[in-house]
Order: sequence, then C-alpha cells, then structure tokens
Amino acid sequence: MGTQGDDAGAGGRAHEGRSPTSAAATAAATATATAAVEAAAGRDRINHMPGAGTPRADAISAGRREMLTDSRRLQIKSLAERGAKRPRIGADAVCEALLRQGVDLFFGYPGGVVLPLYDVLGDYPELRHILVRHEQGGAHAAEGYARATGKVGVCLGTSGPGATNLVTGIGDAMLDSVPIVAITGNVVGSLLGKDAFQEIDITGITLPCTKHNYLVRDANDVPRVFAEAFHIARTGRPGPVHIDLTKDALMGVCTAEHPETVDLPGFKPTFEGHPRQIKLAAQEIAKAERPVILAGHGVLIAEATEELRELAEKAQIPVAHTLLGVSAMDETNPLSLGFVGMHGWKHVNKAIQSADLLIALGMRFDDRVTGHVPTFAPYARIVHVDIDPAEIGKNVAVEIPIVGDIKRVLQALIPQVAAVASERRAAYLAEIAAWRAESETMPWHGSGAWRNGQLSADFVVSRIGEATGHDATLVADVGQNQMWTARYGGFRRPNSHISSGGLGTMGFGLPAGMGAAVGRPDKETWAIVGDGGLQMTVQELMTLVQEHIPLRIALLNNHKLGMVRQWQELVYAGNYHSSHLLGPDWCKLAEAYGLAAFRADEPDQVDAAIASARAVDGPALIEFCIAEQQNVFPMMPAGKGLSDLLEEQFEEPKR
Amino acid sequence: MTPTGPDPMHGAAAPAHTTAPPRAMPGHGEAHRHVLVAVVLNKPGVLNRVASLMRARNFNIETLAVSHTDQPEVSRMTITLRGDDVLVEQAAKQLYRLIDVLKVQDVTSDPTVEHEIVLIKVRADERNRGEVLTIADMYKAKVVDLAAESLIVEATGTEADVDALIALLRGFGIKELVRSGTVVMSRGAGSIEEATKR
Repeated sequence: MGTQGDDAGAGGRAHEGRSPTSAAATAAATATATAAVEAAAGRDRINHMPGAGTPRADAISAGRREMLTDSRRLQIKSLAERGAKRPRIGADAVCEALLRQGVDLFFGYPGGVVLPLYDVLGDYPELRHILVRHEQGGAHAAEGYARATGKVGVCLGTSGPGATNLVTGIGDAMLDSVPIVAITGNVVGSLLGKDAFQEIDITGITLPCTKHNYLVRDANDVPRVFAEAFHIARTGRPGPVHIDLTKDALMGVCTAEHPETVDLPGFKPTFEGHPRQIKLAAQEIAKAERPVILAGHGVLIAEATEELRELAEKAQIPVAHTLLGVSAMDETNPLSLGFVGMHGWKHVNKAIQSADLLIALGMRFDDRVTGHVPTFAPYARIVHVDIDPAEIGKNVAVEIPIVGDIKRVLQALIPQVAAVASERRAAYLAEIAAWRAESETMPWHGSGAWRNGQLSADFVVSRIGEATGHDATLVADVGQNQMWTARYGGFRRPNSHISSGGLGTMGFGLPAGMGAAVGRPDKETWAIVGDGGLQMTVQELMTLVQEHIPLRIALLNNHKLGMVRQWQELVYAGNYHSSHLLGPDWCKLAEAYGLAAFRADEPDQVDAAIASARAVDGPALIEFCIAEQQNVFPMMPAGKGLSDLLEEQFEEPKR
Repeated sequence: MTPTGPDPMHGAAAPAHTTAPPRAMPGHGEAHRHVLVAVVLNKPGVLNRVASLMRARNFNIETLAVSHTDQPEVSRMTITLRGDDVLVEQAAKQLYRLIDVLKVQDVTSDPTVEHEIVLIKVRADERNRGEVLTIADMYKAKVVDLAAESLIVEATGTEADVDALIALLRGFGIKELVRSGTVVMSRGAGSIEEATKR
C-alpha cells in the first residue's frame, strides 16, 4: 500500500496479482521514447519535481505512481464502450474513480439522494456492491476489508441518518489509522442549510474524526476529489476520508477527466528517517543490555514485518506487541514475547519495566499500553519511530525520535546495527523466558474448564487458533473477547489479527469480520465476539447469508457485558448494575437468518463444534457457553502502572 | 525467576548502570504566551478545521486573526495561545496534520513586528473629553468618531500597549470595545510564506 509507496511494497501481497515490474518497464520505455523525441528537437528536459533525485522526491513520485497502479491494470471502459446512451454524470465519475483506484467491491445502503448512483451502478458490473443492513456495519466492513487486504475500503450511505450511522466506523478508522473512503449523499446544493429532508451537516460532524473530508457540489469536482481522497487515505499515516456529494453533483453532467496526479501542497508525509537520528538509534541499540522492541500497527501498515524480524534477530531483541501490533511477528519466533499493556502478558510488562532501551515502532504510547506514565519503563531510554510527527512526544517524552515510514527506517537502521551474539543476551533472554514460563502456567488459563467444569473462554480461542493452523484471520469484537483473542489466538501471519483498538467499538467484530472475509477469500476468517457486541450489529448476519460470505462466528456467550462486569467486580466493589443482559436463543436466531449454527457447552465439545463450522459452505455461527464469572487477567487497574497488575486469587488447583 | 536482574514487580533495585527518575510526562513545563503563524490554503472550511482541531485537542486559543495574503489561494492565520513549549509544539504538529495547512511557525522568540488594532468607545463629554484626548495622544491613538457623550478611540500596538491604554480609559467608562487579535510578521528579509509560494 501507499505508506511506503514503492512497488516492492505494493507487490508484497501476492493475491492482488499486480505486476509492478511490467508496469514500471512500460513507464520506463515511454520515458525513453519521449526523451529521444526531445533530444532530436534539441531541447533539454526540465524536471519540475521539487528536490528531484532525492529519496524524498522519489518517495513522493512512487506514491503517486502507486495511486494509479490499479487503474493501468483495469483498463476502465468509457460509458460509450459500455453501450450506455446517456451523458456521463457525476455518479458515473464516482464509479470510474472507484475502479481507477482498484476498488472491486464496496459496502453501501441506498437512500433518496444517492439513488442517482444506484441508477448507474448496473452499468459497472465489475464493481460489486454489498448491501449491508446498517451503515455502521458498512463502515466496519470497509475497515475489515482494508485491514485484511491492505487496500482502501469503501463504504457508502445516504444523507442524514445514513451518514450519521457511518460515523462510528469512520471514528474507529481514525483512531486505528485504517484507510477507508466513506461516501455519503447530501441534499441538492441549493437546499444545503435549509434543513431539508434528511439533511444533516455531515461534513461538520466528520471533520474532527477524519483525516480529511470533502463536500462536493459540482459533478466536475468528482474526479479530482476522489483521486485526492484515495491518495490521502492510503498515504503516510492512513486514515478515513469522507466525501459528501450533493444530489446535483451526482446527477450533473461531468466532463472533467480523472487526474493522473494529485496536487496537495499541504500533504507531504516524511518517509525517510533522518540519517543522524537513525545513527543515534543504532548507537543506543549497541549500548543496550536489556532492549525491548514495542511493535505497533505501523509495522503492519508499512508491511515491515520482515524488517522487524530481521532487526530483532540481528540484535537479539525481544519483541512486545501492542494490541494492534499483534501478528506483526510470528508468535512462534522465540523473540516474540506477546501482547503488552493493560491485559497483556505479565512477562511482557515485566520486560518493559526492566528494559534499558525501548524501540517503539509505529505505535503511539496509548494509555492502555503505558498505564501511569511516570512509572512506565522507568529504566529505559526510548527510540520512537513513527510516520506521524505529532505522535512524537505526545504521550511520552522520548530520547531518540525518528519520523518516517517504519519499513524505510528499519531498512536504513538494520545495516548500522551490529549483530549481537545470542550469548550476550543469554542471561537476559533466559530471565524473560523464566518469567514467561511462570506467566503462561498461571492456573486461570490454558485449561479447557474454568471453575466447576465451566467452559473457559481462553481455551475456546486457543482451540480456534489451533484448528485453523494459525493461518485464519481472527477478528475480535471489543471487551473480554478481544483480550482473549489477542492473548490466546496464537498469531503467525501478518494482519491475521483485527481488533478495534483506539475507539474500542462494540459491534465491530461481525461486520469487520465480514469485510475481512470478503476481502481475503483465500483465507479463513473468524469473528470472535461477545454476546453484548453481537447484539449491536447482529443484523449483518443477513448480509452474510445474502452475499454468501463464509465468515465463522465464534460467540463467547457469558450472558454478560463481561468487561463491564469485570470492572464492577474489581473496581466497583461488586456493584453489578446493568452488566447482565439477556440474549436470544442464538442457534435459533442464526438458523432463522439462514446460517448454520452449532453450540458447545463443555470443553470436550469445542473441537467438534469448530470442525463442524469449518465444514460449512457459507457463514456459520457457534455459540460457546462460557463461564459467566471468568475475568481477563492480569489486569492493570486504571491509573496504575505496568508493575501493578492484578491477578486472580485462584483457590482451586489447575485441572 | 532468576535471582539476578531487576524485579520490577516487586520493587527490587534498578540495574546498576541506570537510575530511575520518573518518566517525563510531556507538557508540564511553565505556561507562557506563544504566537503561531499558520499559512493555509484559502478554501471553505479551513478556519473551521483549525478551530475544531484546537478545541478537540484542548488547546486554548487566546486570539485568532485570519486574512488573505498576496497569493489568492493562500490565507494566513495568527494564533496566540498559552501553554508550555511542549504543548505548543504539539499544537503546531497537530495543525500540520491538516491537509489544508501549508506551514506553521512558532514565532514567539523570533524578532517580529506584532500588532493588533483596538476600537474603544469611551464615555466622554465636554467636561472630560480633553483628558481622554490627552491619553489617546500619548498612545498615538486616533479619535475616529465623536459624539456629544462618547468618542471612539482607535489604536494599534502590541497586546501590552493595547492593554495599557484600555486600563487608562476604563476610569472614564468604556461603552464598547473590540480588538482584532494580534497579527505578526517577522523582521528582516525572510518570509514565512516563502516556502508556500507556488
């Protein structure tokens, strides 16, 4: 994707079947031919690219090329070629723009003002429209699609309620740096501000929760705005871009061509890290005796997982994952420690608290990671690499800031880092291994049964990981199920873990799983959800059936808002107000929607249920009736630090 | 657990080669007034974006002056706000994240010309008008409107100059007061807008 904007990165995903080398070769041939013509005319070529020849200028050019890679491949047909006898309108330009940007499908819900778009959609059969059951589901599905594929996800809603329903997903994408383009309709331009039917100031609403947004009132602005929107969404630190189109912009005749490049003088992300800072980082690594890498979402976005592994192995540095950094490194690698933070593994938090150097890659020191900042990593100097300069020094003061794309920074850093013999770290790594052994043999996880034979949630998650060969994409909802997924899924493939981290949106799991499943038909996809979150977006079950999307849903049903109940038990002295909730008969409900449904109440039914669901052609749901009182431990109480973890007082011996 | 090495969970000693001062929280230094200049694209909604960001990020704007520049596609904002250096640096970085913002510069410690304009409607009749005029004169202020019982004083100067004038006139009774907010330009040949010329 465009984060690093180079063809090598874009070609990293084999399933997309791009051919960057042949495209580059064609471009090179064209350039040579043009040069020859000009040389014959006796003219010198002037390169107007600012700073031409510098790595930064190359990065920008590559980013612009990347934006058009798919359009070269797709050979978009004109309206005439499609046999349509009507003028080209704004809605046509929208469809053409989507195709030029490599969009093969999008999630939408029609309504009054976007009907002109639905009216022409039939002329673009290569654009698959997935009719969701609620716009929030469409926005989360676009996120799931984007995170599973690395491409830009697209969702669409009509004006008014259709637009406001998208906002939760847009906000979620903002907090988690997910590239989506959200399209809404609006009333005819002349009615703006008149409180017309289904009119809302949606650009005013999305302004603080998008990377950028547009109000388009003229059909001829559509091509430019879409080119800019996709460029902004995928370049630098990705994020959501919202485009609000008035009905007359969709219906008006459009004569504007699609631009080949974008002109955004105020948007120039820094890709290359500063060489002096990278040198300083290498020196810090050389001095460190107890270094820890903190790998965040940025590693996955920049497709820098190989570089991460290379750095870790070369300098023998253990790697901790933030919630969104889970799957940035194969967890079977001995240097991968696991998940850090409020519900992270105790050995990981201990490693950070005892570290003398933290190398933070593409993460933002969220309060769920640091806890009480003055007690966070008290012995560590910090190297912080992020593509967003505003993240440097925002939450935590750091010693060595580096602004740049993680992949490029690591590529520059790795040759400067001296290889460390494993003996030098032997005592250190052995100490962490001892902590790890202790942390992984705590009695509250790992066994099938929790108390009194009741089904344990972490067991269910770990069995799903095992049964799918740790190759499936596991999409979590929010709450306890999310923490269990991150802790026990056992992730080996990049982007095989998808979770709503920043916004923490309940109801995310099912629709995001739907987007991930439809985006990666080559990979098995599971949504691991709780009974609270599933009831927020349950209507998307119907979308799964209608579109035959083979998502497997693992419902961890404890008849509780589990994380709320956990806080009420541990922080609010057992005052369980409103955390018990009823749900439907899930198997009957799923069957009513037309899904295959299974149920497991006991540990020895788990594997069979998973196998049955995997055998279904199409979507399936398993209800796992888990222990109602099971908590996620360890837990860092709010306002405390990583050294103040609560752990369960467990009387019964491990089974 | 091995017997050597720090045990962060149970408060054992720090590694010998380090001490453990509390991790610094950014943005807890001494607050003072900062002047930021933002050069932005002259597009609808840009002021809204800047104002919305400052509100959402909890930065307290004291003054904000916006106008066109000599380039029709570019506008310029002068923002004054209070905060410590780290906070203001954060504000500038956050502003840079806006797609329509071309350049942000903290000119607080640069040599600059910094002015605002104030209009003050003061109670003044034939008995004390002379006094008001004397004060206005000392501040190089002009009287731009005169009525039987009031007059309007117009003055330009730094925030401190304007504050001082207002303090002196307050005793006469201020009926109405409006300040433009500070605008600023760096001294010398350099130009903040240079990098944004297209």
